[in-house]
Amino acid sequence: MGEQTYFHSVRLNKDKCTGCTNCIKHCPTEAIRVRNGKARIINERCIDCGECVRVCPHHAKEVVTDSLAALSAYKYNIALPAPSLYGQFKNVKNIGYILAAIKELGFDDVFETSVGADLVSLYIRRELRKGNKNGPLISSACPAIVRLIQVRFPELTDNIIPLRPPFEAAAMMARERWRRSHACAPEEIGVFFISPCAAKMTSVNAPIGNARSHLSGVISMMDVYGKLAAILSHQEKLTPLPVRSFAKGVGWARSGGECASVTDKDYLAVDGVFNVIRALEEIENGHLPELRFFEGQACVGGCVGGPITFENPYVARMRIDRFVERMTESGEDDHKSEPHLDDDSEMYFTEKVKPNPIMKLDEDIGEAIKKIARIEELCADLPGLDCGSCGAPSCRCLAEDIVRGYREEVDCIFKLKEKVRDLAEEMISQADREDKVRDLAEEMMSLADRMDVNKEETK
Amino acid sequence: MSEQILTEVFEVEAGDFVAAGAASAQIKRILKQLSVNSDLIRRAAIISYEAELNLVIHSLGGKLILRVMKDRVVISTEDVGPGIADISLALKEGWSTASDDIRSMGFGAGMGLPNIKRNADDFEIRSAAGSGTTIVTTIYL
Repeated sequence: MGEQTYFHSVRLNKDKCTGCTNCIKHCPTEAIRVRNGKARIINERCIDCGECVRVCPHHAKEVVTDSLAALSAYKYNIALPAPSLYGQFKNVKNIGYILAAIKELGFDDVFETSVGADLVSLYIRRELRKGNKNGPLISSACPAIVRLIQVRFPELTDNIIPLRPPFEAAAMMARERWRRSHACAPEEIGVFFISPCAAKMTSVNAPIGNARSHLSGVISMMDVYGKLAAILSHQEKLTPLPVRSFAKGVGWARSGGECASVTDKDYLAVDGVFNVIRALEEIENGHLPELRFFEGQACVGGCVGGPITFENPYVARMRIDRFVERMTESGEDDHKSEPHLDDDSEMYFTEKVKPNPIMKLDEDIGEAIKKIARIEELCADLPGLDCGSCGAPSCRCLAEDIVRGYREEVDCIFKLKEKVRDLAEEMISQADREDKVRDLAEEMMSLADRMDVNKEETK
Repeated sequence: MSEQILTEVFEVEAGDFVAAGAASAQIKRILKQLSVNSDLIRRAAIISYEAELNLVIHSLGGKLILRVMKDRVVISTEDVGPGIADISLALKEGWSTASDDIRSMGFGAGMGLPNIKRNADDFEIRSAAGSGTTIVTTIYL
């Protein structure tokens, strides 16, 4: 079911997974369990934030993206570099050289995603003028945060600005520009986003708020980093391409950049998914009544900290800051024209962003109440060590899984020990009854099998 | 009245800013696991957080209680004092007895009780100087 309705780009490489439980504790939506010695991602819960990609010591979590071979399906190909790409390389004189290097990868044109950011900024400013009645407007630019809100903050879905993210805006502009200048059909043009993260890949495969994406595919920044770094090491041989985006559009690469583009007051920018959760809780509590705009980004530092970027996010952020400074100081922005899209009907969501009710225990409130009472009982009974040995991130989470019917109490290693001891004692007391002892021994055997929690599936 | 009841009681200590927000976070988690609508969660979140902070800031300690029935959610607080001398004044926006210390932490804007009242369908408060305060708020499903 999940596979069709919800396409994920974060996947598990079973061969590399050792079942070590590092990932389960770092998942902001409790979407991972270890069963039979392997991690499993629960499709309905995963928001593709990429935390598990970062934290896995065995690199068993992978981001599935398109390869450059996908370009062969189109007559023309346009690259849409995320502005975070500009922070990946050392000693680059200006962004124009990076754009020229991207073209060398086999693209016919390069269109800056930051131009899309400039356009989206204009639309957000318009939305901010309209205002909002219940709390701040929330940016829709980070797809992982939009999905986080759907899963963990259902009451805030109405606050999400119903605007498509910059890469969609840029894709529309890029295709339109090429179509006009080359008199070709839109289908002949492949538009590929060079992405710092998994969430945007997922957003292309299963857009939020719209039926389809304007992108033809997504290329991982990590996959092209090496090639681009090699080309840029001889940047004197390149002719830089003109930079069309404004400094502010480039600034979207790091946390706070979007805020700086759309407003100068009553805003809050937060980066890192767990920090965003804490900030959304404050908003949820009504503790920030003056707030009008909230920018949350799942990655530390913003997009420069994406799970499939190469450079250290702080270093990348510093380089973005330099580019933004130089662009601002040079006055080059004064000669640029504001981005524009003739048909902007596709700039907006056509469908409402709905809560994803995975936390619900039961459709019937009476049943749900019973289940909550049962969870509390189980929690009081479980050891409360949150050791992760059962494969769930916490005792509470195991209790919830038990109530949902996915696990049993003896999946807890401590409960299992107790059970074995009880059986052994019963065996001793029944020692004179051979049939009874045989039954008890069989039950113990089956528990012993279970005790080997990291045993791999034999099937 | 409905027979199906869930009751959760959370002890809240006076002045314990470290744990402040933990009880209301539990309440939110529970409500999200029930099949209640988003607007109710939004209102209940504000009520439970403000009520919990009131216990931390103004009371000598007390309980934050969640009751869920088939047709309503009741969030209430019971504290052991010091009581409110003039309830109508306490319900006024911007009025607060919070100390400068509390205000310097960003609290004590005098919006707590008015916010609770605004977000509840039914609101009851009982108090007197020198005794405890009881607040009962109801949101209908």
